[in-house]
Amino acid sequence: MSTLHYDIAHVLDGSVLLLGFLLLYQRRMFGLINIFAFQALGLALAAAWQAHVHGESHLYATALIALSVKAGIIPYALRRLIIHFGIHRTIDTALGIGPSLVAGATLVALSVMLVLPVTADSAALTREKLALALSTVLIGLLMMITRRNAITQVIGFMALENGLILAAVGVQGMPLVVEMGIAFEVMVAFIIFGIFFFHIRDRFESLDLQYLESHRGERR
Amino acid sequence: MLYMILGTVLILFALGGAGLVMGQWSDRETVEGWIYAGSAAACGLNAALMVGFLVSGASGMEAAVPVGLPWLSARFRLDGLAAIFLLIVGTGGVLSALYGFAHRRHTQDPAWVAFFFPLFLGGMTLVPLADDAFSFLLSWELMSLASWFMVLASHQHHETRRAAIVYLVMAAIGTVAMMLAFGTLAGAAGGYSFEAMRGADISPWAGAMVVLFVLVGAGSKAGVVPLHAWLPLAHPAAPTHVSALMSGVMTKVALYAIIRVLFDLLPAVGWGWGLAMLAVGGLTAVLGVLYAVLQRDIKTVLAYSTVENIGVILTAIGLAVAFKASGYAALAGLSLVAGLFHAINHSLYKSLLFLGAGAVVSATGYRDLERLGGVIHRMPVTAATFLIGSAAIAALPPLNGFASEWLLFQALLNGPRLPEWALKLAVPVVGALLALATALASACFVRVFGITFLGRPRSPEAMMAKEAERGILVVLVVLAGACVILGVAPMMVLSIVSPVVETLMGAPPLADGGRGLLWMEPLAERDSSYSGLILLVAVMGMASLMFLVRRQASGRLSRSHAWDCGCPDPNPLTQYTASSFSQPIRRVFATTLFRAREDVEMPEPGDVSPARFTVSLYDPVWQWFYRPVTRVIGWVADKSDAAQLMSIREYLAIMFAALILLLTVMMVIR
Repeated sequence: MSTLHYDIAHVLDGSVLLLGFLLLYQRRMFGLINIFAFQALGLALAAAWQAHVHGESHLYATALIALSVKAGIIPYALRRLIIHFGIHRTIDTALGIGPSLVAGATLVALSVMLVLPVTADSAALTREKLALALSTVLIGLLMMITRRNAITQVIGFMALENGLILAAVGVQGMPLVVEMGIAFEVMVAFIIFGIFFFHIRDRFESLDLQYLESHRGERR
Repeated sequence: MLYMILGTVLILFALGGAGLVMGQWSDRETVEGWIYAGSAAACGLNAALMVGFLVSGASGMEAAVPVGLPWLSARFRLDGLAAIFLLIVGTGGVLSALYGFAHRRHTQDPAWVAFFFPLFLGGMTLVPLADDAFSFLLSWELMSLASWFMVLASHQHHETRRAAIVYLVMAAIGTVAMMLAFGTLAGAAGGYSFEAMRGADISPWAGAMVVLFVLVGAGSKAGVVPLHAWLPLAHPAAPTHVSALMSGVMTKVALYAIIRVLFDLLPAVGWGWGLAMLAVGGLTAVLGVLYAVLQRDIKTVLAYSTVENIGVILTAIGLAVAFKASGYAALAGLSLVAGLFHAINHSLYKSLLFLGAGAVVSATGYRDLERLGGVIHRMPVTAATFLIGSAAIAALPPLNGFASEWLLFQALLNGPRLPEWALKLAVPVVGALLALATALASACFVRVFGITFLGRPRSPEAMMAKEAERGILVVLVVLAGACVILGVAPMMVLSIVSPVVETLMGAPPLADGGRGLLWMEPLAERDSSYSGLILLVAVMGMASLMFLVRRQASGRLSRSHAWDCGCPDPNPLTQYTASSFSQPIRRVFATTLFRAREDVEMPEPGDVSPARFTVSLYDPVWQWFYRPVTRVIGWVADKSDAAQLMSIREYLAIMFAALILLLTVMMVIR
């Protein structure tokens, strides 16, 4: 593989991680959804580049799924939901933006330091891809726990899943069936979350999960 | 032969199942009769087979039965050590079953006792046979649970329910500890058959953990202080024949686990563990008998006395560990032989005492010593056999209790040969503790026998007691006879026990003095030997001499009321009571240890209400060991209660933190 191919793959993977950081930084709901769409776009490009370089045509299918579902349908549906339910368009944080970014940077450092020695005997590209993918997964998780709103949690979950796909794309020989399975799982999760939103909204007239906690009866 | 034993276990299980089914439409007495008769036959066959196996000196035999986990069939193995304990199980089982059979017409126990009884016996038979951790733990749990259900026989009493809860908790802790022990033994490779454990290469730390876990797990089942708390609650609560089994046999099965792991599965055990076991054993013996001497309930006295004897046997095992670690294989063997012999003896006389006490309790309806008295006139055979059992447990020659304790003291007297100074100093102290325990045990059983059988009846029921059924008397006489025979000819047992110990230790434990079966000579060069027969003849001679002297002396018979200084008082309450008999011991030993306090409440002058005398005892084990533990558990539970009520985000955060922690650990380790 030429250096150029390597660098382009690196840039695309890095952009997915960078957009993950932007997700942490964003304070507005629509902006968050847009960034998520861009992240999915970056993922699709990374998958397509991998398919092009390695000649693995099934990765084109992965790229297509990422592009259509995660960069298209899901952001659109989320935006519809927000408008439909009249959800607050600011993001309520449990951990401030600054600390979140610091935590995110720490996680990236952790995953790099973890993955690079562990996979010392793998090809260089795979190693760095894995480190980037693991960072994206961890940042998605961080997002899920540092944001209060249900929509932000869904987006955190989707970002986590983007990281998984990124890892799957990087590791050669990941069967298409598994990727299809993951994509399908995301769809199901999205539908469940949608129904969940609908019901929470219906019951509490807000998507803030704090209201849910007060209704478990034992405390607060 | 092994398959025959497994067959008898199957028969026992089938008996339990059949009892459950038949109980629905047949009358109880017939069904229970069949169950008990069948159990007795199965156990009798087992015991006979084991005697044959031990005498023939056959080597181990193995069997794999395709039950249990799919990739691991249950493996069983019969070797000498297992055979000794199977002999204990079989003997105890057949006699208890016969007691149950004879007693079935008068029993007031719920019907499930007869259902669980054979299951209990089957479980206890399987434990010594098990040759892998899974079948061992399964049999162990079967033994625990079956006995637990029988403890619940008198579940309408509040104390029984409490005893059952304590028992269940301690049994669970014990099983978890055993699991951990086997898990550590199996190591990362996960060889759960004992064969693989013997060959496993185990680090000293892991070995120490195994010893600790086994001592906790099996020690709690055997009743080692401070894990004994359930025993004096649970053993007396069960029906009599089950109490006899639990005290006489189940505690031995627990000791089997200790011996199996310490001398067979582990390659080497450090002398420090021997020291620890010596200390715990000595403490257990003294505390157990001190508790026993202060109790009023006859079955509780017997249960505490079991704790004492377990302490004695544990001391023997600890001494064997110490000797073995120091390279004295023959002395280690001698200690272990003494321990095994004492285990066999204790199973005999404890069964005898429990069954005798049960006969008294069912004749009078009282377990409280203060309500008994003078029963010897109404139940002479029970009284005679109980006296023999009491003498045996008090280690009086020429009975078997003396023989095994004498052997243990022979081993203890060689303690100064040990190279470590800690052991040199500890062994004489432990010896003194055991001597104290034995002396207190004599006091204890003088008290139990005297208050129960002698003097005048303290209640109308005791006055009207009837001798037990003939079947029960046969059982008692057989047990008493066994105590005498094993005391007079201890080599009968030792000659079959010592080859087994020899294979474990690699050196013959008893020197062969060449003087036949009647002389016990543990160490030829010391030239200490003991013959029960000569002592028996001497005792008999003295007795007949006294009889003759009395015959020749003044023929005028003077009869007075017992224990009344010749001045008869019409009220039997003026006799010595159980409490007053133990008062000196209570004052000397229990004032600081148990914080025994005596309060006398005198009425005001002119007041006609009676004066009251109350004795209060604190159990230091509960106060210093169990209460802090329960308090810590309560505190942790209170604090972790908050974890029940966190938000989704917080749960996610916990998982996230765990993930990060694991990743970091991973990073650091690499």
